[in-house]
Amino acid sequence: MQNSYSSIPTWKYFWHRYGLLTGFGIFILALILFFYFQDSEKTIAVLAASVRHSTPLVLGALCGLMNERAGVINIGIEGQMLMAAFMGYMVNVWTGNLYIAILGGVLTGAVMGLFHAFMSVTLKLDQIIGGTVINILALGLTGYFYQTGLTTEGKFTAIPLGPLAEIPLIGPVLFDNPPITYAAIVLVFVVQFVLFRTKWGLRTRAVGEHPRAADTVGINVYFMRYANVILGGAIAGLAGAFLTLEAVGSFERNMTNGRGFIALAVMLFGKYTPLGAWGAALFFGFTTAMQTQLQFAGINVPHQFIGMIPYLTTILVLAGFVGRTRVPAADGVPYEKE
Amino acid sequence: MSDETLALEVRNITKRFPGVLANDRVDFKLRKGEIHALLGENGAGKSTLMNVIYGLYSPDEGEFFIDGQRAEIKNPHDAIHAGIGMVHQHFMLVPVFSVAENIILGAETVKGISLDLRTARRRIRELSHEYGLDVDPRAIVEDLPVGIQQRVEIVKALYRNAKILVLDEPTAVLTPQEVEGLFRVMRQLTERGVSIIFITHKLKEVLEISDSITVMRRGVVVGSTTPAETDEQGLAEMMVGREVLLQVEKEPAQPKDVVLSVEDLTIHDERGVDVVRNISFEVRSGEILGIAGVQGNGQTELVEALTGLRGAASGRVTLNGEAVPFEKPRHLTEAGLSHIPEDRQKHGLVLSYSIADNLVLNTYYQPPFAHHGRRDFQAVAENAEKLVEQFDVRTPSPMVPAGNLSGGNQQKVIVARELSRPVRLLIANQPTRGLDVGSIEYIHKQIIKERDGGAAVLLISAELDEVKSLADRIAVMYHGELVAVVQADEISKSELGLLMAGSTREAMTH
Repeated sequence: MQNSYSSIPTWKYFWHRYGLLTGFGIFILALILFFYFQDSEKTIAVLAASVRHSTPLVLGALCGLMNERAGVINIGIEGQMLMAAFMGYMVNVWTGNLYIAILGGVLTGAVMGLFHAFMSVTLKLDQIIGGTVINILALGLTGYFYQTGLTTEGKFTAIPLGPLAEIPLIGPVLFDNPPITYAAIVLVFVVQFVLFRTKWGLRTRAVGEHPRAADTVGINVYFMRYANVILGGAIAGLAGAFLTLEAVGSFERNMTNGRGFIALAVMLFGKYTPLGAWGAALFFGFTTAMQTQLQFAGINVPHQFIGMIPYLTTILVLAGFVGRTRVPAADGVPYEKE
Repeated sequence: MSDETLALEVRNITKRFPGVLANDRVDFKLRKGEIHALLGENGAGKSTLMNVIYGLYSPDEGEFFIDGQRAEIKNPHDAIHAGIGMVHQHFMLVPVFSVAENIILGAETVKGISLDLRTARRRIRELSHEYGLDVDPRAIVEDLPVGIQQRVEIVKALYRNAKILVLDEPTAVLTPQEVEGLFRVMRQLTERGVSIIFITHKLKEVLEISDSITVMRRGVVVGSTTPAETDEQGLAEMMVGREVLLQVEKEPAQPKDVVLSVEDLTIHDERGVDVVRNISFEVRSGEILGIAGVQGNGQTELVEALTGLRGAASGRVTLNGEAVPFEKPRHLTEAGLSHIPEDRQKHGLVLSYSIADNLVLNTYYQPPFAHHGRRDFQAVAENAEKLVEQFDVRTPSPMVPAGNLSGGNQQKVIVARELSRPVRLLIANQPTRGLDVGSIEYIHKQIIKERDGGAAVLLISAELDEVKSLADRIAVMYHGELVAVVQADEISKSELGLLMAGSTREAMTH
C-alpha cells in the first residue's frame, strides 16, 4: 500500500525538507569565502575561535539531547560541567598527566549523571529541581574546595593533523586543534549515528517518547534512562575538562559562566539532533568570537554591551525556536510501572 | 496433567492491589485456534488478568501453562518468548516512529551495529500479505487513522511469532465498518492457528465473533458459556449479577418549544481549518436529538462551541430564544445548560478534588454553597451526601478524591452534578463511553427522565446502538457537516453506519 503517508525521499521531498537549510549553508559558505579573500588571516582567526568556543557548547548540547531523547530533562549540565572542570583540573594538579586528567573529568561527569539519574528515574523527583540541585551543589562544592596558587603542567596544545592541516582555510580551522575539540567533532557524528541508526538509539528514543510502549516489548525503561543520563553526564564532563585542560589551563570559580545553559539553547536550536546542535554551537561560537573581534576593532561601544552578544543571542533564539521544536513526548515524565 | 488442545491455561491467579483484590483465584483456559471472549464490567479484573498473562503485572499467586507445559512469565519479554502478543486498549505505538520502527522495536534486525530496516520492511510486507493486514511500513504512525494503527499493533504481535493474541477492547475505537474488518482479520488469524482472547463489554460482538465466553465479575470468574447457549440478556445478567434492561424504555417524545437553535454555525480549529461547516439545527423541549458520527468529524468542536468553551467563526446560536455569547460558560450554566463532557477526566472532574467539591464545581459560588464569598462546607457536604445516595455513586465517602473512583462512578458524579440543577438543555457527549451495561442502563434512564421532565437533550455519541435507542431524531455528522437529519424510527442501523462512513442517503436508495 503506497499512500500519501509514505515518505519516499525523492529530490522533491529532499528539497522540501532540506531546501532552506541547503540555501542557508550556501549563503554562509559564500560569506566565508568573501571575507577570506578580503582578509584571510582575520577570517581564519574568527572561524578557528568559533570552533573553539563551540566545543563546550556542542558537548553540553550532546549531553542534554541524550538525556532528553531518553525522557529525562537535564538543566544540570552547567553543574556537571563545572564539577568536571574542577576535578579534571585537580587530577591534572595531582598527576600532571593531561590525559588522566581528562579521564578524571569524564568520570566526574558520569558520576554526576548517575546522581541525576538516581534523582529523576529512581526517586522520580521533579527533574527541574534535580537539575537545580546539581547546579547549586557544583557551585558550592567547587567554590569551597578550590584553593588558589596551585600550579599545573599546563594545558593541551593544538595537534595539526599532518597534510590535512595544510588545506587552505579548512586546515587551520578544523584540522589544527587540541584533542578535546577533535573529540567533540567526532562525538557529534558518533551520537548522530547511534541515535538514528542503531538499535540502542531506537530504544532510547522509544523510551523518551512512549516508555510504556517500550516496556511492553520487553525494553527496560529504567536501564535505558540510566545509561543515557550517565553517558550524557560523561560527555558534559568532557566539556568541563575542555575548560580547564584545553581552553584556560586553570580553574576559576564558576568558570562555566552559563555555558551549560547556552548548551540547552543550542540543543533546542538544533532540534534535538547532534548535527543540528553542532550547527547551532558553531553559530553561538561565532557570536562569541565576533565579540572579541569587535572589542579589538575599536568600535566606541562599552565592552559590557559587546559582552552581552552571546547571551542576547541565546534569548532571541530561545524566544524564536522553543515553541517550534518538537520535544520528546515523555520528556520530564517519570515512568511508573504499575 | 498436560492438555494438548489448550494453547494457554492459567490456574489460581490472584493479584492484589492496595485495598483491592483485582483477581481472586482465577482459572482461565484458551483452546487452540479459538476466539475466546472475556467479558465483564469495568473493574471486573479482565485487564488485570491480561496484564498478568502478558507479564506486565506479577501475580501474587498462580501458575501458567503454555501448550500444556508449565511456563514462567515474569515480564513482557517472557510472554513474547512464550508466543503471547497483546494489543492494548491504548495503543503501544510511538507516534513519531514509522510503522516499521514500531514493529521491530525490541526485536530489532541489525546489520553489524546499524539497524536493518530494509529486511524488516520486507518481512512486514510479507506478513501483511499473508494475513491480509495492509500496512505501509514507511508510514509515520501518528499520521494513520486508529483502525490502521490497530492493524500495526496486530502485525507487531505477529512479527514476534505470536500464537496467542490478546485484544483488549479492540472495538472501542472503531467504526462499525472497521469492526467488521477486524472480525474478518480475527477469523483469518484463527484459521492459521492463532488463538485469540477478545476482551470487551459489548454483548453483541461477543455473540457474533466468539467460540467460547468467560465472564468475570469483581475479580472472580462467574461462569463460562458459548454463544449457542446464551443470549444478550443472559450474558448481561452474568456480568452484572442482576437483571438488566438492555432496551431503553421510553414513551414517544412530545416536543414543545424550541430551546436550542443553531443557525449556519461554522467553527475553526486551532490551525484555522473549518471543522464544522454551516450547521443548522434545533432541539425542542421534551425531545432528544442524537448526533451520530465517527469521532473526529467535528462533534467535539461543535459541543465546545455550544457549551461556551470555544468561539465560533460565524453563525448564530440561541438558547431559550436569547442569543448566547460564545466563550462564556458561566452565563450558559446559569441559563440552564447542563453539560456531560466527552472526556470525563479532563473536562468533567478535577480529579484531585473530593467528590463533594466536584459536585458543586459550577455552583460553588452561589447560595446555599457560598454566602458573600465564603464557602459553606456544611451545605456542600449535605449536598454530596444526598446526591451520592440518589445517583448511586459507589464510594466509601463523599470526601474521597474523584480520581480514586472507577470510570463508571466518575461518570455518575458528573451526571449527578449536571442533573441536580434545573435543566433547560442537556448536552451529553459520549455519556456512556467505556462504561459497562449496569452504568449505561442507569445513565440512559436519567437522560430519558430529563427529557420527560421537559428538558431539551442533545446527545452526541459514536455508539450506533446508543443513538438509535435513545434519540427521538438523529442527525449524522460527517466531515463537519450534518449529512442527514431523520426520525429515529425511520432509519435502520446499517443505513446509519453507512451515513457515518460518508455515503449519502441518495446513493443508498439508488
